[in-house]
Amino acid sequence: MTPLLSVEKLHKAFGALKVTDDISLDARAGELHAIIGPNGAGKTTLVAQLSGQLHPDGGRILYDGQDITALDMAGRVQLGLARSFQITSVLPGFTVLENVALAVQARSGSSFRFFRSAAAEAGLNEPALDFLRQVGLEARTEVLARNLSHGEQRQLEIAVALATEPRLLLLDEPFAGTGRQDGAVLLSLLESLKRRLTIVLIEHDMHAVFRLADRVSVLVYGRIIATGTPADVRANPEVRAAYLGEEEAGVGA
Amino acid sequence: MSDAAARRPRRSGLGLPTRHMVAGALFVLLAALPFIATAIGDPFLVVVFTRILVFAIAALSLDLILGYGALVSFGHAAYIGLGAYCVGILSRHGVTDLGVHLAAAIGLSAIFATVTGAIALRTRGVYFIMITLAFGQMAYFFFVSFAAYGGDDGMSLAQRSTVFGSDLLRDSTTLFYLTLAILVGFYVVASALVGSRFGRVISGTRENALRMQAIGFRPFRYQLVAFVIAGCMAAVAGVLLANQAMFVSPAYMSWHRSGELIVMVILGGIGTLIGGVVGAFVVLLLEEWLAVFTTHWRMGLGIVLILVVFFSPGGVSGLVQRLFGGNR
Amino acid sequence: MTNLLILQLLNGVQLGILLFLVAAGLTLIFGIMDFINIAHGVLYMVGAYLMATFVVITGNFWLALPVAMAAALLFGLLLEYTIFRRLYERSHLDQVLATFGLVMIVTEGVRMIWGSTPLSVPIPALLSGSIPLLGIIQYPVYRLAIIGTGLVVALGLYLVINHTRTGMLLRAGASNRPMVSALGVNVGQLFAFVFAFGAMLAAFAGAIVAPVLSVDSGMGASVLILTFVVIVIGGIGSIKGAFVAAILVGVVDTLGRSFGPILLQMVMDPSAASQTGRTLAPMLIYILMAVVLAVRPAGLFGGRPA
Repeated sequence: MTPLLSVEKLHKAFGALKVTDDISLDARAGELHAIIGPNGAGKTTLVAQLSGQLHPDGGRILYDGQDITALDMAGRVQLGLARSFQITSVLPGFTVLENVALAVQARSGSSFRFFRSAAAEAGLNEPALDFLRQVGLEARTEVLARNLSHGEQRQLEIAVALATEPRLLLLDEPFAGTGRQDGAVLLSLLESLKRRLTIVLIEHDMHAVFRLADRVSVLVYGRIIATGTPADVRANPEVRAAYLGEEEAGVGA
Repeated sequence: MSDAAARRPRRSGLGLPTRHMVAGALFVLLAALPFIATAIGDPFLVVVFTRILVFAIAALSLDLILGYGALVSFGHAAYIGLGAYCVGILSRHGVTDLGVHLAAAIGLSAIFATVTGAIALRTRGVYFIMITLAFGQMAYFFFVSFAAYGGDDGMSLAQRSTVFGSDLLRDSTTLFYLTLAILVGFYVVASALVGSRFGRVISGTRENALRMQAIGFRPFRYQLVAFVIAGCMAAVAGVLLANQAMFVSPAYMSWHRSGELIVMVILGGIGTLIGGVVGAFVVLLLEEWLAVFTTHWRMGLGIVLILVVFFSPGGVSGLVQRLFGGNR
Repeated sequence: MTNLLILQLLNGVQLGILLFLVAAGLTLIFGIMDFINIAHGVLYMVGAYLMATFVVITGNFWLALPVAMAAALLFGLLLEYTIFRRLYERSHLDQVLATFGLVMIVTEGVRMIWGSTPLSVPIPALLSGSIPLLGIIQYPVYRLAIIGTGLVVALGLYLVINHTRTGMLLRAGASNRPMVSALGVNVGQLFAFVFAFGAMLAAFAGAIVAPVLSVDSGMGASVLILTFVVIVIGGIGSIKGAFVAAILVGVVDTLGRSFGPILLQMVMDPSAASQTGRTLAPMLIYILMAVVLAVRPAGLFGGRPA
């Protein structure tokens, strides 16, 4: 069975600095594949290339057998490859409901409609409300996104990503900056999404990764040094030396 | 800091229903103006206010892209000029019908806006401002050196546009009502537009363009369409201006005019649509009023501008709101 | 024909040099401060008026020039301190609005002080007259002096930008603003310096062009737009780009106006050609700008995408 996403020999350099150094990896349909790495390992640059925000210098990205290396971000989203951002990225002046409704709108019909009120369109609001229920924000629909707590903005971002009806969800450090309580909410949210979607989770937070992931890849200095089940990766001496040692306690091994 | 973050156009002013009520009241009051003018024996008032309404239309159209799209276009007066020259040039060649004038103005502006917008919208921030300004000046210099149609001196019209062969618009009151009707029509259309699917994409892009791409939109084409719509509306204002003044001149499209349109939108309250209309009244009446005291009235306007930027983000409506504790 | 070409080429270069002097400061202000300054053109105008005034007062061109420059520098610092300083952190829209207001204030102020009749400044005796170039062509010495002065200033700027610590900071700041504050530099002082220096360069351009143009209150606006075109073509924040683009714009504009009608005569009758040429020539530089932008949206030497 061909993987939903496969990355072949991806290269990206900023000057002499190889931020993505010959990376190959894949995500099988339905799995949650986590990519972990210390700060500066090139995680964000990798997400940017997978999502189409940044173009690689070399290599290919295949999605569902189709070469999407040259496709822009919007094009990839339309194919079903959605992403979340590390630094929360919502429309601050839009309400929670409007944020999600706009994502629904992107998938349903033309947006060159000039006269009918979008706020009154049940075809946008009802699905949007549905996605908000899934992330537990249904009580906050009329709040401006800028007035949400940090954890709630995280939830909203996932609702927006879901509303694009993705088959593959690319999550860029969703746990960054969340407290214990918000983190727990997010963790159970991601658990509920597992299996329904293929998820590529880029993360620094070890605890969450080892609980959720089917497979883990370890990224260090722009290279994947190991890929395997959480148990394999945890036992890998090279990984321990390069990365896990410092966070042993956090993993709770 | 992005423009969008600095000024929060939506929801920052009066609430939506209140705004429509203010607009409605204003339009009703304007409809009564010719009677008032007759009553107080000052028919010239109708002429003055026709001119103000024309700029209100142009400011309204600019607010569509400036307020809702955060596109700081510094060349918007070019469209007023294009509209006005369509009247002037066609009339010179014996084509006096208003319908033809409007169609030509809208068509020409659509082309100009599509070409210049496609180039300017590939850029952001200060580039966008400078490029729109430069293209506006290009149009200005084109007509300045277009000697066949008056060049720098402009051209006088022998008569106003005709409507199906009748010279209905010779009557200044009729022209006033036509202008008012178009303003009200554009206000209604623009209000629907900003609340539509299309409008949401435009204001969503203002808030966060990257986020819009991440949900599958390519903002460029929507912004371009908005840019073209705004340009066409301003061109209609230009057709009306040529009729009101019975004169067409490159001065209509100078960068000072473009700057003044921005000033109108900001002073009246950006991102409110009616704000542009109010701003046109404020600026043009302020000009008339200051001009009574001094020939150097522009200095007064300049000082007002700097004071507004320093002390009242949100313009006049922001000021009103702060004074009377608005309904945030 | 060749003679005319050389003459017009020199005129074009001279216009380009002036544009460069105005654009150099402005492109740094855009690049380093991400600040849009509509009022930069009035500094050029103020420079010309100051020059006209001090030439009358001192009766000596060479004495008036440094005095006018000192006054322009003070004026720049004053504007920075009272107005611009409060705008750096504001939105582009606020900057446009406030500097547009400033244009109105200064322009009217100039009319109040000096009236609306254009002033003129005599060419200093030392630089009057023409000299022969390539045999039969005569060219005014003063215009050659403008070109020479501009080249010297450009060279000086090049040395400052590329070989001094301040220059290094400026270059770093133009491409990466957060880095400058990370280096522990007093950003406020750097901004004030860049602004005042840019103001003085623009005023210098106005001062040295005063003897060949009439000094009037509209001169700032026309040069401002050309300067914008120069900066857009050259790339924001790039002094080198500003220089190349300024010369390009100066030459294209000048040659277009003189040769456009002549070239068009090859394809249409003379009177139509002359009219069409005169109408289209002023559009050339904008078309040039559009073409450059279509190929390189960040300008010829702009590192940062717009």
